[in-house]
Amino acid sequence: MPGELVLSGLTKTFRSRGDVVVAVDNLDLEVEKGELVTLLGPSGCGKTTTLRLIGGFEIPDSGKVYIGGRDVTDLPPQRRNTATVFQSYGLFPHMTVFENVAFGLKVRRLPRAETRRRVLEVLKLVNLEGLERRYPRELSGGQQQRVALARALVVEPQVLLFDEPLSNLDAKLRVETREQIRKLQKELGITSVYVTHDQAEAMAISDRIAVMNEGKLQQIGPPYEIYAHPANRFVADFIGRANFLTVKVVEAEDNRLEIELKGGVRLEIPRVEGFTPGMQAVAVIRPEAVDVLQEGEGDVTATVVFGHYTGSLATYKLALPWGETLEVEVLSPQEKGFLSEGEKVGIRFHRQSIHLLFE
Amino acid sequence: MRARFRQLKFLFHDPALLLVVLLILGFLGLFVVLPLFKVLQNSFYYKGVFTPQYFLEFFSGHRYVIRPFLNSLIVAVLVAGLSTLLGFIFAFADVRANIPGRRVFRWIATLPIISPPFIMALAAILLLGHNGLITFFMRKYFGISWNIYGLPGLILTETFAFFPLSFLIMEGVLGNIDPALEESALDLGASKLRTFLRVTLPLATPGIAGSLLLVFTRSLEDFGNPIIIQGRFPVLTTQIYLAITGMYDVPLGATLSIVLLVPTVLAFVVQRYWLSRKSYISVTGRPSTAGPPRVSSGARWFLFGTVFILSSFILLFYGMVIFGSFTKLWGIDNSLTLDNYRYVFTVGIQYLSNSLKLAAIATGIGGLLGITVAYIVTRKRIMLQGLMDFLAMVNFAVPGIVIGIGYILAFNTPPIQLTGTAAIIILIFISQRMPVVVRDGVAMLQQLDPVIDEASSDLGAGFFRTFTRIVLPLVSPALIAGMAYMFAACITSISAVVMVVSPKWYLVTVALLSQVDIGALSIAAAYGTVIILVVLGAIISMDIVVKSLLQRGFSRLGK
Repeated sequence: MPGELVLSGLTKTFRSRGDVVVAVDNLDLEVEKGELVTLLGPSGCGKTTTLRLIGGFEIPDSGKVYIGGRDVTDLPPQRRNTATVFQSYGLFPHMTVFENVAFGLKVRRLPRAETRRRVLEVLKLVNLEGLERRYPRELSGGQQQRVALARALVVEPQVLLFDEPLSNLDAKLRVETREQIRKLQKELGITSVYVTHDQAEAMAISDRIAVMNEGKLQQIGPPYEIYAHPANRFVADFIGRANFLTVKVVEAEDNRLEIELKGGVRLEIPRVEGFTPGMQAVAVIRPEAVDVLQEGEGDVTATVVFGHYTGSLATYKLALPWGETLEVEVLSPQEKGFLSEGEKVGIRFHRQSIHLLFE
Repeated sequence: MRARFRQLKFLFHDPALLLVVLLILGFLGLFVVLPLFKVLQNSFYYKGVFTPQYFLEFFSGHRYVIRPFLNSLIVAVLVAGLSTLLGFIFAFADVRANIPGRRVFRWIATLPIISPPFIMALAAILLLGHNGLITFFMRKYFGISWNIYGLPGLILTETFAFFPLSFLIMEGVLGNIDPALEESALDLGASKLRTFLRVTLPLATPGIAGSLLLVFTRSLEDFGNPIIIQGRFPVLTTQIYLAITGMYDVPLGATLSIVLLVPTVLAFVVQRYWLSRKSYISVTGRPSTAGPPRVSSGARWFLFGTVFILSSFILLFYGMVIFGSFTKLWGIDNSLTLDNYRYVFTVGIQYLSNSLKLAAIATGIGGLLGITVAYIVTRKRIMLQGLMDFLAMVNFAVPGIVIGIGYILAFNTPPIQLTGTAAIIILIFISQRMPVVVRDGVAMLQQLDPVIDEASSDLGAGFFRTFTRIVLPLVSPALIAGMAYMFAACITSISAVVMVVSPKWYLVTVALLSQVDIGALSIAAAYGTVIILVVLGAIISMDIVVKSLLQRGFSRLGK
């Protein structure tokens, strides 16, 4: 049973001043029915182009787009059962909230009474009751955003597309709105593709995250999987923060590996597929997966190079005896005291959280 | 290639769009390309035989082919230079020197843009012709006499008619120069003159070049002024007209048309593809016309004086036409009468109503067609889009008289026989004036957030519904303004339609010219006054409509 939305071998290039830019490069992706998949990546990674290819706003150079098993690659937007929540909303400025939301239903020639019922229903769903007669310019940014959402929801699309829908809202409203979007999406069970460059947003809202870079899919998986087992350096670095230490695999057993850091420190970590004794590897160590202790305790002694304090966290850059540096985060620095430059500390690595990448 | 094929498949899934694209391309092919092709064809073929006779004569320097060409160039170069100079002074006085009465001067300077250009020639004859007011005065009291017909008259009238275009261009350019640049120069110790010469002027060069090219083209294309005032200084447009209507020498007319087409198209190409990329202007969003005058008070009074004198002359010219329209027989019996208006509203009423009717129909069709082309060109990524853009804009560069000849050659005989009908005039109006609507339409659609119409098609609306329900309402204020100007341009049009008017479909501008021709200057002046009033009326009512639309909230383009 194929997914509700299937992209296969999708490629899109743009020409600008003689240069050919590959925006999307041979992309394969499947989204299951009712699932929310986020396309996450830095700007210019091709995520928005991918969304526009799904919506029909761009025509791919090659590859196919299937929605509900039907090939829609050559269909214009109005013949695809998708609806988009645009970054700049794209509300019709000369229509009221009601007319904006009703537009898609009028196009589908629904009876007046039913149109009215469904519009009011969806407006209630997004908490916009009573604002039907307002024009978009008379609404706040958050309200406009919800009109855009209602307008897309009301046509009951097979696939709902979000193009960085929260980027024009302030930080607090963004968190509220994303929770609301996720709740609605789950309740209604709408298959969704969500584009963002904000990894916290992606982590919070997604069933699965597809990390993209330079037009290519880097990794796809549940948020936990992406964070704990990044497929490559780019993913590890882009999702959260990461230290990369050069290590050697010493022993391999059924469910554990023993690795040796440059300074000779040996650590026992969960097994990662594909590594055998003698291999060089890169250990991914998250800043929060290190304990900072008194000098002499833990696995190794390190020197504080630099530190800064952001309230809930203190972040330190530490120099390891063999020259590599390590970024660590310490929770509740108020209780533990703030370390100063040059201080010596002991550190202990959380074995369970260490992940290995090939060189 | 495969991607292109996909685009075509895409198009087939939107039948309304496909149909519209094909219809527009067909229309442009038939009513823009075919006439031009016919002109080219007839310049080489005579009675079915290939004879580039007149081209050979042109290149071997035969007088009656080369003279009009050189005359046209001389006039165009001089008028372009003078207009740009005056336009620059006017604009500088307006934007930088903050002279007293700027708004009045600005209004006076835009008058010639909306009135028929040949009003200037008519006024010049009323003032400076054989029986002109000033001529008479100078001869009587000083014994001085002159002949305004020929080069001096052409320079004078065309400069007055076209310098407002330079003014508008220079106003835009100077207004967009960030005052901070001039202020920095002053701050670094440069004098005001040095700042002007080393900072302001270089920054304005692309605008100056643009103005030179535009006026050069306009002067080359001008028919109304030369036909009235050229005397023994024949220019290309009038010679083309005479070759066709007087000598029935189609190959000569066609050859001269090509000779005229080359410099105008060259100027257009330079302007569009080269100059447009050379702009130094950085839009800063800062208010530009505000602030204290940045010139010395001496310069300020010099600018004021120049602008004042020039504006007085323009008002004098227009005043003379109005005054002349109330006289019995200009230069012979200057007693006041309403007879001319009686004539215009009895004999001439049919010409006036023809002009209004045909211009209104052409504006309706042309406006809609123009905005559709603009929409497809800016928004829909389809094959043939570049071609459509080019075809829709090409008549921007083609002189009206050449379009007129093309229509005669293309539609005089079956399969499409249109000569003598209203349709041929309407079609000429459309194909000649649509480029302006397309250009303005593209400019306003670029202001409109593309996401708005993407949202519409995303919600299931096809091309037709998106265009009529979303795009048209949103651009309607600007479109109405564009159509009012198109209407004015059609009413005042002469060069293209003079070739195709028929007894049944005679137009008011042509009637004016024929009155000048038989020396009935007072009646001509009455026609001219009526035309000016009609055009002003159209522009003013457009203004009222647009303002009320904007008040009803049509101003937000969704950005």
